[in-house]
Amino acid sequence: MDKSRLQHIINTDESVISIKGLYKSFEDLEVLKGIDFNLFKGENIAVLGKSGTGKSVLIKIIVGLLKPDEGEVYVLGQQVDKLNRKELDALRLRIGFSFQHSALYDSMNVYQNLAFPLTMNIKNLSKKEVNNAVDEVLDAVGLMDKLNQMPSDLSGGQKKRIGIARTLILKPEIMLYDEPTSGLDPITSTEVIALINEVQQQYNTSSIIITHDLTCAKNTGNRIAMMLDGQFLRIGKFEEVFDSNDEEVKGFFNYNFIQ
Amino acid sequence: MINNNTKKYIFSRGIDDYFTGVHKAYKFTSLFFKEVIKKPFHIREVINQCFEIGIRALPLITLTGFIVGIVFTKQSRPSLEDFGATSWLPSLIGIAIVRALGPLVTALICAGKVGSSIGAELGSMKVTEQIDAMEVSAINPFKYLVVTRVLATSITIPILALYCSCVGLFGSYINVHTEETSSIISFYQDAFSTISFLDIFTGVVKSIAYGLTIGLVGCYKGYNATQGTRGVGKAANQAVVLSMFLIFIEEVIIVQVSNWIRYF
Ligand SMILES: Nc1ncnc2c1ncn2[C@@H]1O[C@H](COP(=O)(O)OP(=O)(O)OP(=O)(O)O)[C@@H](O)[C@H]1O
Ligand SMILES: [Mg+2]
Repeated sequence: MDKSRLQHIINTDESVISIKGLYKSFEDLEVLKGIDFNLFKGENIAVLGKSGTGKSVLIKIIVGLLKPDEGEVYVLGQQVDKLNRKELDALRLRIGFSFQHSALYDSMNVYQNLAFPLTMNIKNLSKKEVNNAVDEVLDAVGLMDKLNQMPSDLSGGQKKRIGIARTLILKPEIMLYDEPTSGLDPITSTEVIALINEVQQQYNTSSIIITHDLTCAKNTGNRIAMMLDGQFLRIGKFEEVFDSNDEEVKGFFNYNFIQ
Repeated sequence: MINNNTKKYIFSRGIDDYFTGVHKAYKFTSLFFKEVIKKPFHIREVINQCFEIGIRALPLITLTGFIVGIVFTKQSRPSLEDFGATSWLPSLIGIAIVRALGPLVTALICAGKVGSSIGAELGSMKVTEQIDAMEVSAINPFKYLVVTRVLATSITIPILALYCSCVGLFGSYINVHTEETSSIISFYQDAFSTISFLDIFTGVVKSIAYGLTIGLVGCYKGYNATQGTRGVGKAANQAVVLSMFLIFIEEVIIVQVSNWIRYF
């Protein structure tokens, strides 16, 4: 990738995620072809890109769900693919991962979904402490009344927000959102966007937000990364990324603009 | 071009897939034995699963065990009558049910009922990324989902098999009673007079092996499900077919070995 096209705007000293020369392929299919970037402390990066370019694969590599073929992935100072199970689990407790399709445990109700990561990871919590933690995150996502519902009875947007709440309960330092607003109506999208920003403020997290939605990218990202064909084509402030004659970049912008 | 290639290598690819499959299954099994002795033990989840499995399979096992007892007695009677040996009926039935029928019937029913539901449950958790969700919240899904379920089947199925044998003997007693009006006590005394400790012991060992097989196969198929909802159905189906197949193979091997021990 042409390094001169990278435009680092925010220039903090502490990067929480640092990726160098990341490659990943599945059998014959090359998905990631040389990703380089840093996520700085307290910063939100919105990753834009066409369906199937490997955005989900990228964040799955960051939490160690997939192994990179080549390249270095440092998260909070540790090289993810070199960790053993115990170290990886310790690291994962500091990362929140909100899934594209929510991935709520459908045999458990909302309360159990939220309490599960907590009770499984922290021993000897009193019932009251668990309840308080559940209440706090449910309040943060604004779904206090859904405590006893099953995930199958929730709408798509509610599931997304419960999914986010479930990751917040462990108080992560890094949040990875996989398409938090896809499939949501504009009003609910706005709420989720507000939630993401609130999380950044309140929990002081650094986040990667994967999205197709320019409104979401613009309103949540301190920086925008345009991903194309397995690479970060451009990365920088919103205006800088879209001030371009590149067909693909313009295509993205125009489509959202028409909408 | 890709089509040509897949056609050309269809056999070698099939053989490849077979051996990678065997290797994967072997790794899955050895991971189970490694993880089962490590903390945390999730004892509550194991107990939950035991109840779930027991309750799920109990009605069908009661019915089938009972009917097998009746039918088997009815069918054996004429041949024994030819020799005037109907008084041997209880001990013959006792041996047949405790040694072979009880554990086997239980295992087959559980393969159908429990194996498929484990396969489907884990399969749908896999394709909806619930297993990944556990993984990223630092919960070991293999321990929490697989180890607990396999332990539960290995504990529950022997108990169900013993229960099935008792129900089968009771069914047999009903038949004997209607023909010969013997008392239930003398029937059970007759039946158990020929059953040795070794019979019950091998029955239990056998059932543990079946339970392990059903749990491991169901979990393996579910845990490795792919291709969305279609994969879930496939996982459930394959879990039943493969575990039944393995159960029959184990049956043959265990009968051989226990016969060696018996006549040693
Ligand atoms: N586990 C896997 N095995 C094989 N191929 C995979 C796997 N995961 C992803 N892929 C492939 O990698 C490519 C990128 O997938 P990915 O899910 O990252 O896309 P994406 O950018 O997140 O798209 P979308 O916006 O639709 O979610 C796809 O072509 C997909 O088929
Ligand atoms: Mg995706």
